[in-house]
Amino acid sequence: MGMHEPVIVGVADEPLVNGKVARPGSPLQIQARCAKAALRQAGLDLGDVDGLFTAGMWGVPGVGQLPTVTLAEYLGIRPTLHDGTNIGGSAFEAHVAHAALAIETGKCNVALIVYGSAQRSEMSRNLAGRPASLTMQFETPWGLPTPVGGYALAAMRHMHDYGTRPEDLAEIAVAARKWASLNPAATRREPMTVDDVLAAPRISTPLGLLDCCLVTDGGGAVVMTRASNARGASLKPVHIRGYGQAATHWTIAAMPDLSSLTAAEMAGRRAFDMAGVSHDDIDLVEIYDSFTITTLMTLEALGFCKRGEGGGFVGKGRIAPGGAFPLNTNGGGLSYAHPGMYGIFLLIEAVRQMRGEVEPERQVHNVRTALVHGTGGTLSSGATCILSVD
Amino acid sequence: MKPSPIADPGTEPYWEALKQRRILLKRCRSCEKPHFYPRELCPHCYSDDLDWVEASGKGTVYSYTVVHRPAGPAYADDVPYTVAVIELAEGPRMMSWITGDDEVRIGAHVKATFVTVGDIVLPMFEPVSG
Repeated sequence: MGMHEPVIVGVADEPLVNGKVARPGSPLQIQARCAKAALRQAGLDLGDVDGLFTAGMWGVPGVGQLPTVTLAEYLGIRPTLHDGTNIGGSAFEAHVAHAALAIETGKCNVALIVYGSAQRSEMSRNLAGRPASLTMQFETPWGLPTPVGGYALAAMRHMHDYGTRPEDLAEIAVAARKWASLNPAATRREPMTVDDVLAAPRISTPLGLLDCCLVTDGGGAVVMTRASNARGASLKPVHIRGYGQAATHWTIAAMPDLSSLTAAEMAGRRAFDMAGVSHDDIDLVEIYDSFTITTLMTLEALGFCKRGEGGGFVGKGRIAPGGAFPLNTNGGGLSYAHPGMYGIFLLIEAVRQMRGEVEPERQVHNVRTALVHGTGGTLSSGATCILSVD
Repeated sequence: MKPSPIADPGTEPYWEALKQRRILLKRCRSCEKPHFYPRELCPHCYSDDLDWVEASGKGTVYSYTVVHRPAGPAYADDVPYTVAVIELAEGPRMMSWITGDDEVRIGAHVKATFVTVGDIVLPMFEPVSG
C-alpha cells in the first residue's frame, strides 16, 4: 500500500446521559465537538481537513439539504472534497470507502467523517411515513410505521421460511444488553431477560419494543489520512483492508427476498474479496442492530452462519460477553445508543477495540482484524469495512 | 387525515383505474414481465416499450405485520391493523391491508377488495377459502 495507504487516526463520540447529549447542543454543535476531539487525537486540526463526509437528517427541509456545505461553513473550513453520500445508517461505512479511495489516489489528505443528532433532546423522532409522492405513493398510505414495519415484515417472513423464533431474536437483545451493562457510556444497562423481551409491548408483530433500537441523541467523528501523515497520531493507526457497498430497494415491497439481506451479501462479498481474508480471520464483528432481526439477517448474509441458521447461531451466549463470537461490544443500537443513523458508532467501537482502549470488562483481546457492517433504510443498503491493526 | 397518494403523470392511470375497481400493472412488451409499482423503464430488462395490463386481483400473502403502534395519529383509530405484502398472481408484489377478522397466515390466498378513502380508492385484500 505504501505511503498513500489510508488509515484511521482518530475517533470521537459525544457523551450521553440518559440518551441525551450531556452538554446540550444543536446537531451542528455536536458535530463540531466530535470533529475537534477526533482531530486532536490524530494530532491534526480543522485547518488540515480537505475532505468532509457527512450524512444526517438534521436541517431537512432547509440547510440540511446540503449538509457538507452547511457543515463546512459552520466549521469554518473549505474542503475541496465533499461527500454527502446518504444511503441510510450505513452511509458512514461508505464514507470510509470513499475516503480511502480519495486518499489512495492523492485527492485527499485529511478526511473528516462526522455525524450528529439531537433527536431525543428535540423530540423530533416519529414513526410517520414519508410524503406519499413518487415511490412512496404505494407505501405511505398503508400506515406502515417506519422503519420498524418493514423490518417486521422481514422478520415474519424469516420466521415462516426458516422457523426462526421470537426467542431467537430476544437472545440478540439480551446479548446486546449484557455488553451494554459493561459499558459505562451505554444508555440502557439494567439487566434484561429473554422473557422481558418477549413480554414487552408489541410494536409491529413479531417485533416488540425491546426488539427495537433506542431513540437517543449522539454524535461521532472518524478521521482518516494517509499512513505517512499519521505520525502525529497518539494511537495505533487502523488500516482499511476491504470494503463494499450495495443497495437493493427502499420501498419494502421491492425487497428482492424479505428473508435474505441481499445488500449485505453483496457488500460483504466485495469486502472479503478485497481484504483477502476469510471469516476465521475476523476477531471482532460490529454490525448495525436497528432491530434484532437486522443482526440475525446480517450475520447470515455476511456468511458467518448459513442462511436460515441465524436463530441457532445467536443462542447459548455465543454473541454475549464471554462468548465465542464477540458482537456489538458497546451494547449496540439496541442498548448503547441510536441517534437515527448509527453506522459511525460501529466504526468508533471497532477502532477502540482494536486499539485496546475500552474498559477491561468488555475489551476483546488481541483484535487484529474487525468487520464493521452498516445497514441503511429498510434493510435497503449495506456497507462493509474490514479493518486491521499491526 | 390519512396521507393520500400524490399521483404523477407516470402513476395517474393506476389511480384512475382503481376508481373503476381495476388494478393496473405495467407490463414490458419486450420481456413480457409485469411489474409494480409503475415505472418508465422495465426494471427487469430496461426496455421502454411498456403497456398497462389489468391484474386479476388474486394473490397470496407474502408477509404481513400486525401494527400496534400506528404510523402517526391518522392511523390511531385503526390499531391493530394488518399491513401485508401481497404477491399478485401475475408475480409483482404490492403493499396493502388485509381486511376482516380472520387470522392471517403467509401463503394464504387473497383477493382484492376496493375501499374508498377520501378521494381515492385503495386496493385491499381479503382472505378467500381454499
